[in-house]
Amino acid sequence: MELTKTKNDREVMIRMINIHKSFGDVHVLEGVNLNVYRGEVIAVIGPSGSGKSTLLRCINKLELINEGAIEIEGTIIESVNMPDYPVASNQQVKASLGKTGMVFQNFNLFPHMTALQNVIEAPIHVKKIKKEEAIALGKRQLDRVGLSDKYDAYPSKLSGGQKQRVAIARALAMSPDVILFDEPTSALDPELIGEVLDVIKKLAEERMTMIVVTHEMSFAKEISDRVIFMDNRNIVADSPPDEFFNNQEHPRIKAFLEKMLSNKN
Amino acid sequence: MALLDYVTTILPQMMIGLGTTLEMYFASLILVLPLGVIFAILKLMGPKPVRWILNVYTWAWRGTPLLLQLFIVIYGFPVIGINLPKFLAAAGVFCLNMSAYVTEIMRAAIGSVDKGQYEACKVLGMSYPQTMLRVIIPQSFRIALPPTCNEAINLIKDTALVSVINLMDVTRTAVIIANRDFRIVSYIIAFIIFLLLTSFMVKVFAYLEKKATAYD
Amino acid sequence: MPLGFFDYIAENMPLILNGLKFTVKLWVIVVVVMLPLSTLCAIAKVSGPKWLRKILNVYTWIFRGSPLILQLYLAYFGLPYLGIVLEPMTVVITVFILCVVAYQTEIVRGGILSTDKGQYEACKALGMSYGQTMLRVVIPQTVRKILPQTCSEVIVAFKDTCLVSAIGLGDLLRSARELVIGDLRVDAFAVVLVFYLLVSSILVLVFNKLEKKYSVYV
Ligand SMILES: Nc1ncnc2c1ncn2[C@@H]1O[C@H](COP(=O)(O)OP(=O)(O)O)[C@@H](O)[C@H]1O
Ligand SMILES: [Mg+2]
Repeated sequence: MELTKTKNDREVMIRMINIHKSFGDVHVLEGVNLNVYRGEVIAVIGPSGSGKSTLLRCINKLELINEGAIEIEGTIIESVNMPDYPVASNQQVKASLGKTGMVFQNFNLFPHMTALQNVIEAPIHVKKIKKEEAIALGKRQLDRVGLSDKYDAYPSKLSGGQKQRVAIARALAMSPDVILFDEPTSALDPELIGEVLDVIKKLAEERMTMIVVTHEMSFAKEISDRVIFMDNRNIVADSPPDEFFNNQEHPRIKAFLEKMLSNKN
Repeated sequence: MALLDYVTTILPQMMIGLGTTLEMYFASLILVLPLGVIFAILKLMGPKPVRWILNVYTWAWRGTPLLLQLFIVIYGFPVIGINLPKFLAAAGVFCLNMSAYVTEIMRAAIGSVDKGQYEACKVLGMSYPQTMLRVIIPQSFRIALPPTCNEAINLIKDTALVSVINLMDVTRTAVIIANRDFRIVSYIIAFIIFLLLTSFMVKVFAYLEKKATAYD
Repeated sequence: MPLGFFDYIAENMPLILNGLKFTVKLWVIVVVVMLPLSTLCAIAKVSGPKWLRKILNVYTWIFRGSPLILQLYLAYFGLPYLGIVLEPMTVVITVFILCVVAYQTEIVRGGILSTDKGQYEACKALGMSYGQTMLRVVIPQTVRKILPQTCSEVIVAFKDTCLVSAIGLGDLLRSARELVIGDLRVDAFAVVLVFYLLVSSILVLVFNKLEKKYSVYV
């Protein structure tokens, strides 16, 4: 324990302050506060509909918040009713959002592009990298997720696990500082889950900052530095995995964990 | 006259008629795709007045018979002092008519692209024009291709309407020859020409559709 | 002093109404015959004897592959040269029905063919006859599936009725054209335009309602 630095010494990558989010009359997040530190892997778990996806999607502004402030690497990218947190210039906000990557539950690969074209699309057209360089970069990323033989395959010809690995390579190709995973294995057949989790594990070993919404409890336990449990529109637990899984006191969480474990078998 | 001799005598005239039909077809078709795509995009995200005008345009054009549109331009316009060359006026009517249909086809196709595609583009930092031009519209082309091909086949049949305004297309030629010679052979030839044309187009378009969906 | 729009239209009302009656009559007859006949043709095309299927294939190929107006010309101007002389209305109605049924047959056939193989297997496993299978299981599902295309076919048929003006029959458009050319004023076209726009818009609204109602179960 003494070897890990205390939180105070480490750089905060993402800061969410007093986040409120509702869809019409439905309040989904109510005053959520969360700090994510560089190099940290956070597992987000909780019952369906508890706002996990919404939390993730607020970070990269796929959803706009109703109140609160969000800061990425020191740049305030969004601020509503928080005069102490002035939003940075458009340019800075855009640059900071560019430092986030996202992997979706249902992949959202571009169906009319090959695996490699999917990966190099944004480097070429957003980062304006030269085509040859982008191709080399794209191939490197596909190699990294174990798809060296699928450069020219269209998504329709790939299995779910392969598709998700292309999606991860696509996110990696933009060299993000943090990757948001929204249930990356929930759309996969059970036998294909492992190959995707292995890729995420490898990234965890490389100290990539990641926030992973997942229902895979053993995976969360194995790779995460912190487990966050969401329920009732807020974060109700935020603790290291050992403590979270082995010494759980909270009755709701205990019930949830028991249910997840019994579903597994 | 023996049938074969008769056919050889009228065939050259029929071929001239076919030339007019094809000219009319391509003159009408050439602007349809660009117009349909531009109108569809404007209808989805143009300024309000433009959207409003385009809504009226697709509504009016798709809600009235093509022949009426043709009559209005050919017989109605001169009455109010607008004189257009017949061929161009007819081609314009056909073009605007098919464009109205293609606009709606494209709009539906763009609307049917999954929301996740927009989100993927957004998290990759792509701009709105990039998203539309590189991801959404290429996908909607493939969705729109079969119904658009269908419209293209309808157009060749629709061009036969110019016979009503006395342009010498295949159909008008067939009528005139039949009335002159009291024989229906010219009609049969016109039928064969259209059946060959539409069957050929069906084949070509089926091939195109197969190619375009290679990634499925 | 020329007449105002409404006075002018009122003066020519009999001619316009005549044309209107003709147009609506033709359309109603065509639609009423089209629905059952095309269903029969489609079933025959899917499961009829081979010779019948061949005939129907040629039939739909010819009528869908050539312009309706050419079909009208041949039947109306051409058949008399073969010694076949018929009532003009009979000719027009027959050609219209043949053409519209050809299109609708293909729509119904597509719907029948898209029914899942499992439905036939389930019927077989329950001991249902082929007739029962088609009538009680396949066709009801097909109806829902092909409703949108059928609705648009009905609207197309409505707009196509004006083609009879090309062979000189007195439908609405023909009456209007005579007025425009005769009186050198375009008011009559405005009436036709409004009529077609109004009716097709009403049809679209009604059909949208219908489609919404029936898509609830899908
Ligand atoms: N776009 C939306 N419009 C309306 N309600 C939404 C929308 N997205 C999510 N919700 C609602 O917000 C709540 C939380 O959703 P979500 O964040 O997806 O939960 P989770 O990912 O934990 O399952 C749910 O009740 C859901 O129905
Ligand atoms: Mg979710």
